[in-house]
Amino acid sequence: MTDFAFLRDMVGAGPAGTAGSTPHHATAALAEADRLMTVCNSCRYCEGLCAVFPAMEMRRSFSDGDLNYLANLCHNCGACYHDCQFSPPHEYAVHVPATLAQVRTESYAQYAWPRAFAGLFARNGLVIAVALALAVTIFIAGFVAWTDPFVLFGVHVGPGAFYRLMPHNTMVAIFGLAMLYAVFAIGMGVRAFWRDIGEPEATLRDPGSLWQALKDAGSLRHLDGGGAGCMNENERPSDRRRLHHHLTFYGFMLCFAATSTATLYHYLLGMQAPYPWYDLPVLLGTAGGIGMVIGPIGLLREKWRRDPGLRQGTPVGMDVAFLLMLLLTSLTGLALLVLRATPVMGLLLALHLGVVFALFVTMPYGKFVHGIYRFLALVRAAKERHRELAPGDR
Amino acid sequence: MTAASQHEEYDVIVVGGGNAALCAAISARREGARVLVLEAADAFWRGGNTRHTRNMRCAHDAATASLSGPYGEEEFFDDLLRVTKGKTDEPLARFMIRESKSMLGWIEEQGVRWQPSLGGTLSLGRTNSFFLGGGRAMLNALYQTAEDLGVEIRYEAEVTDIEIDDGRFRSVTVAGERLPARALVAAAGGFESNIDWLKRYWGEAAENFLIRGTRNNKGTILRLLLDKGVQEVGDPTQCHAVAIDARAPKYDGGIITRLDCVVFGIVVNRRAERFYDEGEDIWPKRYAIWGRLVAAQPDQIAYIIFDASSLELFMPSLYPPISAPSIRELAERLELDPDALVHTVTSFNAAVQPGTFDDRILDDCRTEGLAPPKTHWARRIEKAPFYAYPVRPGITFTYLGVRVNQEARMTMADGRGAPNMFAAGEIMAGNVLGEGYAAGIGMTIGAVFGRIAGREAARSVLS
Repeated sequence: MTDFAFLRDMVGAGPAGTAGSTPHHATAALAEADRLMTVCNSCRYCEGLCAVFPAMEMRRSFSDGDLNYLANLCHNCGACYHDCQFSPPHEYAVHVPATLAQVRTESYAQYAWPRAFAGLFARNGLVIAVALALAVTIFIAGFVAWTDPFVLFGVHVGPGAFYRLMPHNTMVAIFGLAMLYAVFAIGMGVRAFWRDIGEPEATLRDPGSLWQALKDAGSLRHLDGGGAGCMNENERPSDRRRLHHHLTFYGFMLCFAATSTATLYHYLLGMQAPYPWYDLPVLLGTAGGIGMVIGPIGLLREKWRRDPGLRQGTPVGMDVAFLLMLLLTSLTGLALLVLRATPVMGLLLALHLGVVFALFVTMPYGKFVHGIYRFLALVRAAKERHRELAPGDR
Repeated sequence: MTAASQHEEYDVIVVGGGNAALCAAISARREGARVLVLEAADAFWRGGNTRHTRNMRCAHDAATASLSGPYGEEEFFDDLLRVTKGKTDEPLARFMIRESKSMLGWIEEQGVRWQPSLGGTLSLGRTNSFFLGGGRAMLNALYQTAEDLGVEIRYEAEVTDIEIDDGRFRSVTVAGERLPARALVAAAGGFESNIDWLKRYWGEAAENFLIRGTRNNKGTILRLLLDKGVQEVGDPTQCHAVAIDARAPKYDGGIITRLDCVVFGIVVNRRAERFYDEGEDIWPKRYAIWGRLVAAQPDQIAYIIFDASSLELFMPSLYPPISAPSIRELAERLELDPDALVHTVTSFNAAVQPGTFDDRILDDCRTEGLAPPKTHWARRIEKAPFYAYPVRPGITFTYLGVRVNQEARMTMADGRGAPNMFAAGEIMAGNVLGEGYAAGIGMTIGAVFGRIAGREAARSVLS
């Protein structure tokens, strides 16, 4: 019987003699992702599960840019792991979610701006914790240093109550700068990602693809295992992760809307915070805050219960740090709302502002960026699908 | 626990854990029976060859969301007659095809999801229904449904003996434990992974066979049943066998080692000679003959040879092709006689007639004055680099089995129907498949007869 070991050697084979499409990759995770995509491309049973496999089928070889694109397209729903006849312990060891999760996390670091901060993704839980501790300490210390104790621990009600502790302009300057920095750093990351995957800039201006990606992202279309639901603790699908992600995301957006409305009130209508409970900023913020309490707790619970096989490759520290940051933001915000007419308001305000400040400045260096790159990957996937359906339109 | 309840804790024991077994278990349970499933594999490897499947061929009168057009009973039967060359139990086959119509809905009711045909399998989009996520996803859904209904499932529970008393099933033995029940459904697959058994018919050649699926189908249950008086059906040398990449592992290489490029090139044996018309028919209708063709060649190996113009015309497969800048060097890499391969390719090229190449139809590209001919898609192999895939016979499943009737009830050697023994899936596929294969029909046999076997087994004990 002819032994084909010599052929396997020729192609630089991985498990069971399988090999990727391209000999050189920047990291081991990318090389493994190439090997897996080569296996998956010759099977294709999973093509109905999500956007990753149809995008894979459009390719015969996989560069690092292609793999970073596919990795960011993956929603880690886990369906392909449980549906795969070749997942471990099969000798082909096909574990697409774990490998793509690893590639994805590495890609966040690769796109980080400035480059010197790429390392912040490596020990992200620690980084976020330190940032949080520093921000909260500085805000509390600042309040204590600059405010008369009588004012800090006094009871303030009526318009402008918060600004007796920190002038509105100071607040706007600090948070405006933090926000601008985050937006700029993330924007630089977007530029790096788009260049890496090699998609023309024009796609980012294509309204059809943007709209499709908005719908896909807004509904988490690909976090449903092709319709059955995503897999978490075992092969029984459920929709809980999607539900809690919706609560978290839409909660976040409502809080954002609350802040934006308040800003408009302040500058356009001259109405100063705090606002009465029935006014729009408070209603939006309360609804959003509640979503941002239940959502992250639900996601943390799902993470806790996750199948150990599916937990592989996921950066638990980074995920948990971001969820806790969101949870702390909503909890301190809601506490501030409830206790704003009591003597603890001053310290609570310092605490809340510290948390929000830490959230802002760490946004470009943590889990937050997953939404940005995934949305962009969805834009490209929509464009590619469109191109495939209308080949003349290339 | 009383002696009586201990005696028959289960109404129906299902031996096996694939599509046929689970359909039987679910259907018996839905009839009200207490059901125990005995799966030889562990929870990961459960489901035998069903893990590697992706679709099921069912008759249907109209297009659906996942099927591109109607596929009537007559057309299905004609396809079956053609692939089996008439070697089928016609009333049973017609019955199965009729029953297959309701399987599309029934399987969906058990939690399985359909999707339109997979990329690269367009020619099956009208006839075959594809499982969303493939065969393992299908199995996961069936197991969940079975568990939710209260079917008891034991893993790593290999049955080593069956107690049959004058044609009546009494019990099975698992790890020395006797498990009695009132009826048996045998759905434990063929004997394809038992190389020694294959050698009885194939000789030493069987050592060179690769088994595409589970290593658990050793035919233990089939052997026990035949030895204890159940009537045999089918030719023991007949099986579903395709030519797969010779570099594939011995077991469980599955779908990804298949090669869809035969029609684009030529196939030569160890002597670098062609041996069959590579362009006989559209590939999905012919892929299943190549396993036997290669099995009949010296050392059970062959090489698909093609050139750069064909490289991207077929589905990619797991291992990259072996390539070389010339036919001579390609032969050296494959350890074939370079002169012989150059001669074969040169004479093939000389025989190719002008034509318009179209791999979607039976085109007019053919050879003239060549033996064997290539009747379609014949194009000269001339554009470097040149490529080759080494192929070996890949056995999917064997057809030797137990005879059953339309109730999936086993027939004893003396022609009587067994009162409480039923069979479904590969273990009785030979009733329908005398030889040949049509894509997806194994799953039809499993699901249709599984559902019936479970129902009839339950009724036989509950009535």
